[in-house]
Amino acid sequence: MLKPNYVSTTNACKLCTPLGAALAFRGVEKSVPFLHGSQGCATYMRRYIISHFREPMDIASSALGEKHAVYGGAPNLKKGLLNVMKKYQPQVIGVATTCLTETIGDDVGMILREFRKEFSDLDLPEVVHVNTPSYSGTHMDGWTGAVRAMAEQLVVEKARANGSVNLFGGMISPGDIRALKDIFGHFGLDATILPDISETLDGPALLDYEPIPSGGTPLEAIRHMSGAACSIEFGRCLPARTAGSSLQDRFGVPNVRLGMPLGLRETDRFLEALSEVASRGVPRRYLLERGRLVDSLVDGHKYVAGKRAIVYGEEDLVVGLVAFLSEIGVQPVLAATGSRTGEMVANIERVGGDLREQPQVHEGVDFHEIAEMAGELKPDLVIGHSKGYRYARDWGVPLVRVGFPIHDRFGGQRLRILGYGGAQDLYDRIVNAVLEKKQSGCSVGYGYL
Amino acid sequence: MKCEASALLDERREQVHRTGQGPIDMACNRDSLAGAVSQRACVFCGSRVVLYPIADALHLVHGPVGCAVYTWDIRGALSSGPELHRLSFTTDLQETDVIFGGERKLEAALDELIDRHGPKAAFVYSTCIVGIIGDDLEAVCRRMEEKKGIPVIPVQSEGFKGNKREGYNAACKALFRLVGTGDTSRISGISVNILGDFNLAGEIWIIREYFRRMGVEVVANITGDGRVADIRRCHGAALNVVQCSGATLDLAKMMEEEYGIPYIRVSYLGIEDMAESLYAVADHFSEADSDISRRTSELVKEELDLLMPRLQEFRRDLEGKRVAIYVGGAFKAFSLIKAFRHLGMQVVMVGSQTGTEEDYRELEAITDPGTIIVDDSNPLELSAFIKEKDVDVFVGGVKERPIAFKMGVGFCDHNHERKESLEGFVGMYNFAREIHASAMSPVWKFVPRREVRNA
Repeated sequence: MLKPNYVSTTNACKLCTPLGAALAFRGVEKSVPFLHGSQGCATYMRRYIISHFREPMDIASSALGEKHAVYGGAPNLKKGLLNVMKKYQPQVIGVATTCLTETIGDDVGMILREFRKEFSDLDLPEVVHVNTPSYSGTHMDGWTGAVRAMAEQLVVEKARANGSVNLFGGMISPGDIRALKDIFGHFGLDATILPDISETLDGPALLDYEPIPSGGTPLEAIRHMSGAACSIEFGRCLPARTAGSSLQDRFGVPNVRLGMPLGLRETDRFLEALSEVASRGVPRRYLLERGRLVDSLVDGHKYVAGKRAIVYGEEDLVVGLVAFLSEIGVQPVLAATGSRTGEMVANIERVGGDLREQPQVHEGVDFHEIAEMAGELKPDLVIGHSKGYRYARDWGVPLVRVGFPIHDRFGGQRLRILGYGGAQDLYDRIVNAVLEKKQSGCSVGYGYL
Repeated sequence: MKCEASALLDERREQVHRTGQGPIDMACNRDSLAGAVSQRACVFCGSRVVLYPIADALHLVHGPVGCAVYTWDIRGALSSGPELHRLSFTTDLQETDVIFGGERKLEAALDELIDRHGPKAAFVYSTCIVGIIGDDLEAVCRRMEEKKGIPVIPVQSEGFKGNKREGYNAACKALFRLVGTGDTSRISGISVNILGDFNLAGEIWIIREYFRRMGVEVVANITGDGRVADIRRCHGAALNVVQCSGATLDLAKMMEEEYGIPYIRVSYLGIEDMAESLYAVADHFSEADSDISRRTSELVKEELDLLMPRLQEFRRDLEGKRVAIYVGGAFKAFSLIKAFRHLGMQVVMVGSQTGTEEDYRELEAITDPGTIIVDDSNPLELSAFIKEKDVDVFVGGVKERPIAFKMGVGFCDHNHERKESLEGFVGMYNFAREIHASAMSPVWKFVPRREVRNA
């Protein structure tokens, strides 16, 4: 269901397009995200991202002023790129546009070609650009667009077949990326995960400030993606054109689209896909992990049985959460997102087969609308990012925090929800949230389950 | 020093000075340099932070979704009543609005939101994109004002039209439209407006209590815990008491010109500045109330008797530690430097996003030789300064925090998001306690920087 255009938004359940792009560009080795627009955009997004990851997040800006808005932003974009080169010595600069530069009509592709010509005597970094007008789509479109731009603009030649797997994992936590790397390793597979924010946005304490944090997908590995055995992309609600589809069309790298591996079945599908590529069975450690997860679901099923949950966030995260909840006996009563891919209804039906009743599914909504619906739905539980906290508090129900942003709790960047291990962590948190609510609202104060 | 050289772009050399090394001639209030990763925000941000705390007004951001969500409830500005300011309203402009204009959507949004929330006034913030597509905010606001019978005020805060300072000015112009529209009868002759305090973590309540003890009526809080009705009648106050570098100074000047209300500039941070601020208000009213100076001295004495012994305990541990300060407005930096002297700490770097030449001259005058003074800095410079000066504690905002922490340096949040009240005498205690808690934490023994130094 989509809402009409002439309605106001109160407490949006989405972020703007360039933020997603800037985050994605942070996941490439020696790369600097760069917003072509006025200074505020970069500063606001830095602040927003820092609150979640608690890590430095340098985003450069062309810092346009009034005269640039009138005469065009090209001079400042070029000057900004040169300054970033001087100070950061990046290998890649990821330029994302903003609503300002999209509307004044700056042709960034052309400006960058001019830039290359003007400064051909310099050792220029790769400059990837993506169009991210913030009045069109959400941060997920920015993320997906930036990843596709990297695949299209950095992978330009067919590499020798290398048997590795490309993973386009979507906007997932550094903790989950590290776990995915382990999974690939245990299957004996080389993987190129793009982008990889596992170190760049969750790094160690250091002696010096690193201008560009260590880690990220190496540029060479990105170039070799055209020689991979296959690409896997997480997301059932993705647009037709993605990084994976681009590599398939141009270099014949088969593209496998899977749901986010959230819960048992979606993780099973992911591991089956890896089994096939690796031509080997699922390693025992994952069979054990799966077994322990099932065992815990049995142990805990009575505590969560029939609980009614409101789920919100990025569309593919929501689809994945519904898939998992349908496996553990929690009834999702509302699945909501601020974005408008139009793909959520069908995909939720697809993954929610075990549910007694299908949840209401709403795209393009804000928290005001979610709250209006919640009145009738009477949730026991809310699952989503921090921005739903005030509502959950009003309703007197626990909020299990997943996704981005998590501003009001510690460790958002380390949260794991993917794979059997991630499902285990998430399950424990859900059960404990229910138990804590029951315990704190109970006059007896049981100290023993 | 090698690190410092590479961190600083040539074009920024005039924006860094070292106390005692030649005459100070700072370039400031410039546009941020492209590609320099400035810590500054934009015009919209400036106006949003000033107006945001008015708790019974509707704050509608006319623009795409980002401008509204990134400023959703980001201030720690508390309200003693309504909390409309803590919601994030936007027209969430879409592509079709950009093509055909956003006026219809803006009007529909105002119509809907004013009916839903019944605010006492509405502020409509213009963003970059609105400046480009040229929506006539004035006209829409005028129509809605007639239709709804409440002030509907456009805030001309297009992000690209300068830096945060222009945003302050846009906010003051918007506020000035409210001033003078309320009834001023029954306002005492010994009365003030509190300007430039945003009630972060409830700070304005501390200051109001001091004024109450002095026998001074507070007409309007502008804008922390602010109410539209108070602001409408604030031209009836006898004095404007203005805190902060520049956020509301323009409003005080406009009120002086239009209504002849004098203003004084104050700071509630630190011991001397807090006391001097109260004395300045008392002096202003000493003719009208011959006892006010005595009451004020008594208040200050009572507070200091409580505070000073407690500060001494912190000082024993903190003596000699080195501090870097990077804040939005330079005015706050003056107070912080003095506050750190009470803790026996040495300020080795001080900077601001929006300082003026005058501010920087003042900083040079009150800092020790060798202190780095910097305008509109960025992460690479700040990290180089931290290293060069071997800083123990950094005072700044959210964007500075990870720089300090990554390098193993203590940190104190002293920006508009803070959750600890740092104003007043009790605020000085809270501040000292936080600095002490951070500087003295055992965690620094494990960070690489200290491991190296202690090796």
